[in-house]
Amino acid sequence: MLTLNEVNEKYFDVLKEIGNIGAGNATTAIANMLGLRIDMSVPEVAFLPVEELGGAIGAEDEIIVGIMLGVEADIDGSMMFLMDMQSAHHIVNKLMMRDPGYSEPFNEMDLSAIKEVGNIIAGSYLSALSGLTNLTIVPSVPFVAVDMAAAILSVPAVQFGIFGDNALMINTEFSDDLGIKGHFILMPEEDSYDKILSALGIAT
Amino acid sequence: MGQMIKVGMADLKICKAPDALTTIGLGSCIGIAIYDPSTKISGLAHIMLPDSTAIRNNSNIAKFADTGIQKLYDDMIKAGANKARMVAKIAGGAKMFEMPGASSSGINVGDRNAQASRDKLKELGVKLVAEDCGLNYGRTVELYSETGEYYIKAVGKPLKII
Repeated sequence: MLTLNEVNEKYFDVLKEIGNIGAGNATTAIANMLGLRIDMSVPEVAFLPVEELGGAIGAEDEIIVGIMLGVEADIDGSMMFLMDMQSAHHIVNKLMMRDPGYSEPFNEMDLSAIKEVGNIIAGSYLSALSGLTNLTIVPSVPFVAVDMAAAILSVPAVQFGIFGDNALMINTEFSDDLGIKGHFILMPEEDSYDKILSALGIAT
Repeated sequence: MGQMIKVGMADLKICKAPDALTTIGLGSCIGIAIYDPSTKISGLAHIMLPDSTAIRNNSNIAKFADTGIQKLYDDMIKAGANKARMVAKIAGGAKMFEMPGASSSGINVGDRNAQASRDKLKELGVKLVAEDCGLNYGRTVELYSETGEYYIKAVGKPLKII
């Protein structure tokens, strides 16, 4: 069986494609929601040891926003979208029509807005994955955490750590007048991971 | 004060006074601090999963409560720590996202990590004197070998010393 440690270039390319299509969909959705023109960078797929995931998107103790959703139907697992605080404040301020510099702690309403954005972004990536694999993938309601990067990233680290030593993450930068850096992590259960690979025609 | 030595995820280290050990941003992971007040030899392990025997891929022994705590204990004894005097403090094991029905997978592994750590310490005969586990937030910990104090820092919360 092919393990995540032996992941080949083909799966990498597919993830990149998911990143491309997903981020493209997400960009359009967010642009419509915020009424802005938004560009996106070409996504990068990062493949790194599980132990380094905690510091992979910045300092380990930097406070970030994580949005997590379960996925079910043809595959089981979860997914996460991560943003730095600056990006999260930027999006919330746009949505709430506040001054761009406003940076008070998020209230309940702000967190709902973040969940909604997470929902849209996650849905964009999932429909890309669905389209490429012909698998039905349904997301659960989103959950949000605002905490130290290492603590939030310990969740996917554990998930990947169960069946391998490496983690995969898609990094994308969206930009309007201020860059929004986003990171997407798909965490299929081991069986579902195999299912995705075979649906993509990668022998397992 | 001595040096602050960093312990990564799925990692463990020991030190002597006046140095200190730290690990940043424990989520569902556990930071197991073992301290011998007679020699001031201190150890800190950052484990991610409860049980090495439940997983095929278990080459990194610091990743698991059972094997990680064993190694930490052995390293401390080797360094001259007094078996009978050693005490432990644990922190972490949070549930970062309130996802329902996810306890079978790795998502809500925090509680199981805490329990596996308590069990292993008991098996080794190391007394667990204090703990700060569970809830829904990340923790950064620091173990000071001069005093055996275990500092717990969380976002938006006052410093806690156990």
